[in-house]
Amino acid sequence: MSIDIETAARVAHLARIKVEEEELPALANAFNDILGFIEQLNEVDVEGVEPMVSVTPMRLKRRQDGVTDGGMVDKVLSNAPDAREGFFAVPKVVE
Amino acid sequence: MSELTKLKIAEARDALRKGDVTSIELTEACLAAIEGAGVLNAFVHKTPEIAHDQATAADQRIKAGDAPSLCGIPLGIKDLFCTKGVESQAASNILGGFKPEYESTVTSQLFDAGAVMLGKLNMDEFAMGSSNETSCYGNAVNPWRRGNDDAQLTPGGSSGGSASAVAADLCLGATGTDTGGSIRQPAAFTGITGIKPTYGRCSRWGIVAFASSLDQAGPMAKDVRDSAIMLQAMCGHDPKDSTSADLAVPDFEAMLTGDIKGKTIGIPREYRMDGMPEEIDALWSEGRKMLEDAGAKIVDISLPHTKYALPAYYVIAPAEASSNLARYDGVRYGHRAKLSQGDGIVEMYKKTRAEGFGDEVKRRVMVGTYVLSAGFYDAYYNRARKVRTLIKKDFEDVFAQGVDAILTPATPSAAFGLGEMTEADPVAMYLNDVFTVTVNLAGLPGISVPAGLSKEGLPLGLQLIGRPWEEGDLLNTAYALEQAAGFVAKPAKWW
Repeated sequence: MSIDIETAARVAHLARIKVEEEELPALANAFNDILGFIEQLNEVDVEGVEPMVSVTPMRLKRRQDGVTDGGMVDKVLSNAPDAREGFFAVPKVVE
Repeated sequence: MSELTKLKIAEARDALRKGDVTSIELTEACLAAIEGAGVLNAFVHKTPEIAHDQATAADQRIKAGDAPSLCGIPLGIKDLFCTKGVESQAASNILGGFKPEYESTVTSQLFDAGAVMLGKLNMDEFAMGSSNETSCYGNAVNPWRRGNDDAQLTPGGSSGGSASAVAADLCLGATGTDTGGSIRQPAAFTGITGIKPTYGRCSRWGIVAFASSLDQAGPMAKDVRDSAIMLQAMCGHDPKDSTSADLAVPDFEAMLTGDIKGKTIGIPREYRMDGMPEEIDALWSEGRKMLEDAGAKIVDISLPHTKYALPAYYVIAPAEASSNLARYDGVRYGHRAKLSQGDGIVEMYKKTRAEGFGDEVKRRVMVGTYVLSAGFYDAYYNRARKVRTLIKKDFEDVFAQGVDAILTPATPSAAFGLGEMTEADPVAMYLNDVFTVTVNLAGLPGISVPAGLSKEGLPLGLQLIGRPWEEGDLLNTAYALEQAAGFVAKPAKWW
């Protein structure tokens, strides 16, 4: 399995990371190094093996599905790069 | 004053309780040591005001006779922990200027126990790295050198700043986190002790997430006893982390008897790697002999899927990272790229993430995106999770045969030079975690104990792996190994 430049560009888009045209070949190479290493997993017989969901057998705790916190707009927005009138501000999303 | 920073936590605790020293004095001595150690680049955000306030409160508490073990002890906190009102950037530009409105559970517990925060410690960006060279703050530097050679060495990673600070006596102990070896490898590279507890022992709440099924916090300290004291305060059930275990925390320090007679220690044959340096092999043999002389029964064991741990890790960890790091979108916190006329929200995401993430983080996020993408999910991600099941079963099988702990080298080499691995492909750096990563995949506790010096005079560590939830027993075995190894070397001060 070899990653070409087109695939590298598609993955960068899916990951929402801008990668310049001229950087794509190096990125594809790095992917190929890493995926080549990962290919070793194909040697393992995994027939009938369950994929791990939780490393420690535990039943996740349940709690009431209720409001436990809130009413702190200022704190929620305090680190926002752009906040206006109690909201996060972003570029226009809908036409 | 500088002698005060050389105290171990247990020694400082006893001196504080006797009134021989105050927390303010200890804290001042550490702050002075930090000021004098800028070249190590271990502390990246200093918090002297918080430290003074906490030390003053601790001194009052000690005077009142209400003093837990960590009361008044100055610590360093890895930058991955969210600390209220203090920069918490995970060594990434994408979190530039981020000051959380809340405190991580682990740091809250440390502060409740009276610990003093000196500042935040350098690390690899988002804990992705094994040499502290991916940090937005620049490299942390190992206080150890190869004899008289003044080449700067890595303190390891990702908890490189923590390791450097403890080894250089800038603080009495530090927090670390470990996803594939990030506590144990830097501890080994700097001659200190570090334990990653069982997955679920320490709450992950408020710790910047890398790979949630693997991440665990743990202490990095000057010896096993100090590690036990810190771990005690760090762990415990937290309703805010659904994977946090609701189990009682034993008194780890009280379990340090040094008596390991009748314990069974396994030596896994698959950890004898091709091309492993002779001195690592020799140290491992010495460790085996030390535990045998202390009365343990040594057995050769097999962990047949060891070879596949790193490849499985490099599917699972990037997959989880790609999901966890999706939150850095330039909307709620941290960096947002300057946009051009007509840029929409997708450009905002892409430019923000391109500017904010370093190369290794981008690489891992994209590898994770690829292995989770349609058509590859089964071939990569599900296969890796199946292999993970087999790796865990390897350990369960040897524990079922009566093995109490497993002895391995901590790292495949001593600390290497900063910049030495720049030309190598990413996989060469990944091999640093070959002995530690199995432990994260299986969710087990593992501890690195300094056990000897390389021929160049650098510290080397041995790793002990324990049964799940039996950190107390593991710490005791490590204590016996520590006593037998008698490692007391310290780096000569050059900074």
